[in-house]
Amino acid sequence: MLKKSIIVLLTLMFVIACSSDDGDGDNDPNDGFDRSAILVNWADNIIIPVYQDLNNKLQTLVDEKEVFTAEPNATNLQNLRAAWEEAYKVWQHAEMFNVGAAESSNYIFQMNVYPTNVNDIQNNIQSQNYDLSSVNNNDAVGFPALDYMLYGLAETDADIINIYTTSAEADNHLNYLSDLTDRMKSLTQTILDDWTNGYRDSFVANTENSATGSINLMVNDFIYYYEKGFRANKFGIPAGNFSPNPLPDRVEALYRGDLSKELALEGMQAIQNFFNGRAYNSASDGQSLDDYLDFLNTIKNGEDLSALINNQFDEAEIKINTLNANFAQQVETNNVAMTETFDVIQLAVVLLKVDMLQALDISVDFVDADGD
Amino acid sequence: MQKSFKSYFQKQTSAAPLAVFRIGFGLMMLISIIRFWGYGWIDKLYIQPKFYFSYYGFEWVKPLGEWTYLIFFICGLSALFVAIGLKYRLSIIVFFLSFTYIELMDKTTYLNHYYFISVLSFLMLFLPANAYFSIDNLLRKKQFTTIPKWNIDAIKLLIGIVYFYAGLAKINSDWLFKAMPLKIWLPSKYDLPFIGEKLLQQEWFHYAMSWGGMFYDLLIPFLLLYRKTRVFAFVLVVFFHVFTRVLFPIGMFPYIMIVGSLIFFDAGLHHKIIDKIKAALKFFRVKTKALPTQTFTPSNQKIITSVLIVFFVVQLLLPFRYVLYPGELFWHEQGYRFSWRVMLMEKRGHAYFKVVNPEKGTYFYVDNTDFLTGFQEKQMSTQPDFILEYAHYLGERFKAQGHGPIEIYVESYVALNGRRSQPFIDPNVDLLKQYESFRPKTWILPFKDEIKGL
Repeated sequence: MLKKSIIVLLTLMFVIACSSDDGDGDNDPNDGFDRSAILVNWADNIIIPVYQDLNNKLQTLVDEKEVFTAEPNATNLQNLRAAWEEAYKVWQHAEMFNVGAAESSNYIFQMNVYPTNVNDIQNNIQSQNYDLSSVNNNDAVGFPALDYMLYGLAETDADIINIYTTSAEADNHLNYLSDLTDRMKSLTQTILDDWTNGYRDSFVANTENSATGSINLMVNDFIYYYEKGFRANKFGIPAGNFSPNPLPDRVEALYRGDLSKELALEGMQAIQNFFNGRAYNSASDGQSLDDYLDFLNTIKNGEDLSALINNQFDEAEIKINTLNANFAQQVETNNVAMTETFDVIQLAVVLLKVDMLQALDISVDFVDADGD
Repeated sequence: MQKSFKSYFQKQTSAAPLAVFRIGFGLMMLISIIRFWGYGWIDKLYIQPKFYFSYYGFEWVKPLGEWTYLIFFICGLSALFVAIGLKYRLSIIVFFLSFTYIELMDKTTYLNHYYFISVLSFLMLFLPANAYFSIDNLLRKKQFTTIPKWNIDAIKLLIGIVYFYAGLAKINSDWLFKAMPLKIWLPSKYDLPFIGEKLLQQEWFHYAMSWGGMFYDLLIPFLLLYRKTRVFAFVLVVFFHVFTRVLFPIGMFPYIMIVGSLIFFDAGLHHKIIDKIKAALKFFRVKTKALPTQTFTPSNQKIITSVLIVFFVVQLLLPFRYVLYPGELFWHEQGYRFSWRVMLMEKRGHAYFKVVNPEKGTYFYVDNTDFLTGFQEKQMSTQPDFILEYAHYLGERFKAQGHGPIEIYVESYVALNGRRSQPFIDPNVDLLKQYESFRPKTWILPFKDEIKGL
C-alpha cells in the first residue's frame, strides 16, 4: 500500500514535470540559460587568447634577454625593458585566471608577488644555488624580480649595465636574469599547452553549479582577483589601508616607478572585459556575467545589477585616471586621493560579492546549510 | 478536566513505536557522525579555524584541539548504544551532552536540524525508549510491552511543533508573494537532470513550491495524526524530504524526518518492522516476558511530566520572542534562531572592519581571511551578534599586539532575498563599546523595506 502510493506519487510528479516541459514551446523567455556559451566565450575569446599573447610577449622577452646577455649595453637594456613592460601589461589580463594548470602549479604566485624580496634575490645571485619553483622563492621571481633586475640594481642605467658587465658577479647576475626570464616563459607555455590540449574542453563542459563547476571557479577567481590582486595589492596596501601607516614601497613595478598606474588601468580593463565578455583580440562582445545577471533579472525583476556594476567599474576607472603615473609618488604626496580611489573600487566589491553572488546563488563551500 | 488530565497520563500504549523510533534515531545519528567525520568536517570546522563564535552564555564551550575527535567518537558510540538499547539512560544522557557540546562549540554551523536533535535527545532523556526490544531487556531479563501513552505523544508533539512553526514562519510576504528566496535558489539548480533546465526556471513553479511548502508544513502534523490521511501524509513526507534533499545541501535531516514520522503510525507497523529486524538478526535471542503494565509507571512520573510541561511551554513560546525586538526580524535576526525558521532567507553580506587609533588618528582595515574561514566569514557578515563578537576578538588581538588604544568600526552591506545590498551596521559606532546581551542592538541600521507576516 505504502510502496504503491509512493510510486504513484513519484510517477505523477514526474509526468507533471515532463508535460510542463513540452507545453512551453521554444520561445519561452524563462527557458533556462546557456551557461556553456559563457564558458566557451571565456575560454576561446578571452583566456586562451590572453595566454597566447602573454606567451608571445614572453618569447620576445626571452629573445631580448638573449641579446642582452650576449652583449649587455644601453640599447639592449632598453629593448629588454620594453619587452618586460609589454609582457607585464598583458599579464594584467591573465592574473585572475587561477584554474586548471595555473592553480595546480601555483602559477600566479610565481609570476607577480610583490614587493619582491631583494635579500632573497641577492642571496640567490651570490649562491647560484636556487630552486625558482620553491615557495620560498615566490617573492624572488616573476615580473617584480625582473623589475628589480632591470631597474633596481643601481641608481643609473650605466651602473646597472656595469653590474652585468664589469662587476665581480656579472655572470651570476646574467645567469639569474636569464633563469628568471626562461622560467616565466616555460611556466606560461605549460599553462597555454594545457588549455589547448584538452583542458579547454573539460572546462567548457563543466557547467554544473557546484564548488568545482567552471562558472563557480571562475566567478570566485574573478572576485578574489578584484578584491585581492587588484584592490588590495595595487591600491589598498600601498595606501596603508591594511597597516597603521602608508607603505609606498609596496606598489607594483616599484623600481620602474611610473608604470604602476598603467598596469592598474590594464587590470581594470581586464576586469571589465571579463565581466562583459569582450574578446581579448577584437571588439566582439560575447556571453558573460553581465548577460547572466540580465537573464536572472527577467525572473526576479530586481535592480539592473549588471548596469550598476559597470557604472561602478567606470567610476573606478575615472578615479584611477586622476592619479599620478607613479603610485608610490601618489601615496607620498597625496595619499587621500589614493584612499579615495580605494573606496570607489571597494563599492564594486560589495556589488560583486554581495549582490552578484546572491543573484547567481553560487555556493561558497560544501557544508550542510539550511539557508538561515 | 483535571480528572481527564490525570486519566490521560495513566493511559498505556504499545512500547513498539518508541522502540522503533529509538533504533531509527540512534542509527541516523551514528550515520550522521560518520558522515561528518568522513567529509573531514571535524578538522575543517572545529580544528582548522583560529577563532570560534560562541553562543551568548556558552563562551566556555570550545573545541578541544585533536581531542575534538574524541567528543565525536563518544557521540557516535553513544548513538549506537541508543540504537541497540544498551545502557539506554546513560547513553542518551551522554549523547545529549556530547551532541549539544559539539553544536555549542561554534555557532557558525548552527542549523535548525542540529537544534532539533539536541531538543529531541533532551526529550528522550525522560522517555523509557529501552522498554521494549533493547539489549537492556536482555540484561534485565524482562521487557515491557506497554508504556504510558504520553511518552509517544510527546515525540509527536515535538515533531508537530517543528513542522507547524516552520509553516507559520513561511507566512510572510517575501515567501508567499515574491516566492523569495526560492526564486533565487531554484533557477540556480539548472544542472539537475529532467527538471533543472525547464521546470526550476518557471516562475509559477517557484510560487507553487512556496505555497505548497507552507501548506505542507502547517498541515502535515494533522495529516499524520488523522488515521485516514496518515499513509497519504507519510508519502508526502517522503516525497517532500527527498525532493528538498535533491535541491538543497541539508545533509541527513530529510532522512531523520522521514524515519521520525513513522512514530505516528499504529503499533502494528512497528511490530512488523521489529519482526523484520528480528528476521534479519536471527541470532538475536530476545526473551519476551510480558509484564503487567501498571508496574512500569515510574514513581517519579510527576516530576518528569512537570519538567516536560515546562519544556513544551518554552518550546511553544521561544519562537515568538522576536516580538520583543523592534525592526525586521529577517534583517536583524534577534530571536531568529531556535525558532524553526528554515530556508526562509537568501542573505549575503560583506563586512569590512576598520581599526582606529583615536590618539594618533591612524587606521587600518582588517583582512578577514587572516582570522576566519570562508564559511565563518560568510556567516559573520550577515549576523549582528557574529559581527560584534568578531570585533571584540579583533580588539583583543590588536591590543595584545601593541596597537595601543583602539576603536573598531565596521562598514557592512547586506542583501536580503534579492533586494539590493544596503548598509547593515552603523559605521560610526565603536563596536568595542558595545556588548552582547538580550537587549535590542541599537547599532543595527533599519531595514529599508518591509516584510509583512508572522
